[in-house]
Amino acid sequence: MSDVRIGIFVCHCGKNIGGVINVPEVTEYAKTLPDVVYAEHNLYTCSAEGISSIRQKISEHKLNRVVVASCTPRTHETLFRNACEAAGLNKYLFEFVNIRDQCSWVHMQEPEKATEKARDLIRMGVAKARLLEPLEEVEIRVTPSCLVIGGGVAGMSAALNLANQGFEVYLVERDKELGGLLLNLNRLFTINGKAEEVIIPLIERVKNHQKIKVHTSTEVKGVAGFIGNFDVTLDQKGEERKIKVGTIIVATGAEVLKPVGQYGYGDKSNILTQLELEERLNKGMGDEQNIVMINCVGARIPERPYCGRICCMVAIKNAVLIKENDPRAKVWVLHRDLMTYGTEFEKYYQKAMEKGIRFIRYSLDKPPEIVGNNKVKAVKVYHQLMGKEMVLPCDMLVLTTPLIPHEDNQDISRMLRVSLSEHGFFLEAHLKLQPVEFATDGIYICGCARWPTDVPEAISQACAASAKAVIPMRRGYVRPEAITASVNEDKCSGCGTCVLLCPYNAIELQSKDGKKLAHITTAQCKGCGTCGAACPSGAISMNHFRDEEILAQVEALVI
Amino acid sequence: MRNETQVKKSGFEPKILAFCCNWCSYAGADLAGTSRIQYAPNVRVIRVMCSGRIDPTFILRAFQVGVDGVLILGCHPGDCHYIDGNYKTARRIHMLKKMLSQLGIEDDRLRLDWVSAAEGKRFASIINDMTERIRALGPFVR
Repeated sequence: MSDVRIGIFVCHCGKNIGGVINVPEVTEYAKTLPDVVYAEHNLYTCSAEGISSIRQKISEHKLNRVVVASCTPRTHETLFRNACEAAGLNKYLFEFVNIRDQCSWVHMQEPEKATEKARDLIRMGVAKARLLEPLEEVEIRVTPSCLVIGGGVAGMSAALNLANQGFEVYLVERDKELGGLLLNLNRLFTINGKAEEVIIPLIERVKNHQKIKVHTSTEVKGVAGFIGNFDVTLDQKGEERKIKVGTIIVATGAEVLKPVGQYGYGDKSNILTQLELEERLNKGMGDEQNIVMINCVGARIPERPYCGRICCMVAIKNAVLIKENDPRAKVWVLHRDLMTYGTEFEKYYQKAMEKGIRFIRYSLDKPPEIVGNNKVKAVKVYHQLMGKEMVLPCDMLVLTTPLIPHEDNQDISRMLRVSLSEHGFFLEAHLKLQPVEFATDGIYICGCARWPTDVPEAISQACAASAKAVIPMRRGYVRPEAITASVNEDKCSGCGTCVLLCPYNAIELQSKDGKKLAHITTAQCKGCGTCGAACPSGAISMNHFRDEEILAQVEALVI
Repeated sequence: MRNETQVKKSGFEPKILAFCCNWCSYAGADLAGTSRIQYAPNVRVIRVMCSGRIDPTFILRAFQVGVDGVLILGCHPGDCHYIDGNYKTARRIHMLKKMLSQLGIEDDRLRLDWVSAAEGKRFASIINDMTERIRALGPFVR
C-alpha cells in the first residue's frame, strides 16, 4: 500500500469558480482518485478560514501531499505553500491546479465542459502530486546595493529612499543631466507650482548624497546573474565599467509622442504639442488671442488604443495658465472624453470652466479640420451636443499627445529578462497584487516606464519599488526556489551535452574515478530544465518537474 | 481513451495538451482568464518553467495515450526568461516533426508557437485555431 496521503481543497472563489464549475461534484470526484484520503471545498480557500483548514486537515488526516484547485500559482502558490510549511509539510509537496484563470473564467458559457475540464486538471494535478518529493533550498547572499536605471523624478526618488536607508545606489542616466521629463515642464497640476521647484532640489539632494553614485551620459550595456548577485556592465561614452548589485529598479520613463503629419503638425508654424507649449509658457507667451487644443491626438486609436491618462489634465492645466496669463485670451479644448478622476482633478476642471475655458466634445467619425495654408487660421469642429459645425478662430493650435514607450524598452527588457506589455511599456508581475515588481526576482519598476503617471504617482511608485527592493537587501540573503537540476552519476556518460546547453554555465564536466561526470553548481542553476530535456542518458533530474512527474500528468490527461 | 461509438454519439471533442512556460505563455493564459476571453474548452495545460524543459518523449507519450493534439507554447524569440531556452525548443520540435511525419502523424497535431505574458487574446486564438484544426483531422488513432 502506498504511503502517499493526498488532501485536496477545491475553491469556489465566491462565484468566480463556483458559478461555472460544479465544485461539490468535482470535490466528490477528487475523492475517487488514487491516494486521495481527503477532499473538501471552500468558499475561498485563500481566506484565513481556508488556510487554517489546510493546516488543520494536514495534521488531522496525516496528509503528506496537498493539492489546491483554485486560481493561479503565479499569485497564490506562495500563500498555500506557506500554509503547508506552517503545518510541518515541506512546501514542495504542494501542487496547484488552475481551475479559475484557465478554466471557469474562459468557459463561462459552458459549465458542463468547464466542470469536465476541472476534473481532468485535478486528476492530472493529483497524478503529479503523488510523485512530488520534498526539496531543500540553498541560501544565497544578497549584495546590499541597487542599480536604478533612469534619473527622472521616479528614479531619483527611489534612489534617495534606498540611500537614506543606508544602501549603496548606482543611479544611471543616459542623458547629460539628471531630471528627466520634468526638466522640460513649466508648471505642475494641480498646485500649478513650478516644475523646477520640485526637480532642482531633488537633483541636489541626489547629487550630494554620499550613498548615491550618479552616472550620467551612461547606459546599461549588460546584465548577468540573478537576485542578490547581478553583474552589471555600464557604458559611459565607450568606457566600460563593471558593478555588482543585489537589486535593480527600472525607472526609464517614457517620451511624448510627436504627432508628425497629424493636423498639419510639422508643416504649419503655429502648431505645437503640449510639451512645446510648456516651453513657450515658461519663456512668456506671445500675443495669441485664440488658442485651440485638440486632445487624444495619437491616443485611443486603433494603432495606439490606450488612454494617455494624464494628458487631459495637462491640457486643462495649460489652458488655465494661458487664461491666467491673459484673461482676454480665448481657449477651446476639443476632447473625446475628459479624464479628470478623483476629487482634486474634478475640482481643477470645474475651475477651468469657471475661468471661461470652453470644452467641446468631438468624435472620431468627424474629427476637427484645420483651415489655413502656412498657418492654422481656424479649426472646424462638429459640436456633438449642438449638432452643428462650429468654426473657431485660431492663432495657435496645441495638440495633446500621449506618452509613449521608449524605443529601446525592448533592448532593456531582453537584457533584464522582464516582460513588456502589448503597448511597449514594462509589464509588472501582477496588475493588482504585485504592481511594482517584475516576475523576475530582484527587479522592480516605477514611474512612466510602466504606464503614464503624474508626479505624485511616480514618487509613490518609487517609494513602493524601493521598499520592495529593501526586503532582500535588509535580510541579506534569499532562498531561491529549489527547482534546480541534479545529476545521477551512475547514469551520466560524461558526454557534455548539458554543459553546452546550460544558459548559466552552471554545469561542468569533472573527473571522478577516471570518469568524466557532469557536475551542477546548484546556486548557479536557475531551473529551466533544458539540460534535463536533452540528456541522452536520462541522468539529469529536474527537481519538481521530473520526467516521472510530467509523464504522470500527461498520462492522466486521457482516461 | 474514448471509443468510436462515444465519439460518434457526442460529436468529436478533441483532447489537446498544451505545455506552457511559467513566464510567458502560462501568464498569457492567465491573462486570457482575467480578461474573460472565452475559448474552446478542449485544452489541458501542463506548466513547466521553460519550454526548453519539454523532452520530445513527453510529446510522444501524449500521442501514445491518445491525446489528439499537442501545443508547445513558449516566450517569443529573444524574450526567453532563461535567455535562449525557446530556441532550443524550436530545434527539438523541428526534429520531432520530421520523426512524426515518418510515423504518419499529421503535422497539424503538433504545434509550436509563442505567447507573451501580455497576449491573452493570442493565447485564446491559438487554442481555438488548434481545436478547429484537430476537429477537422478527427481523433488521433494509434
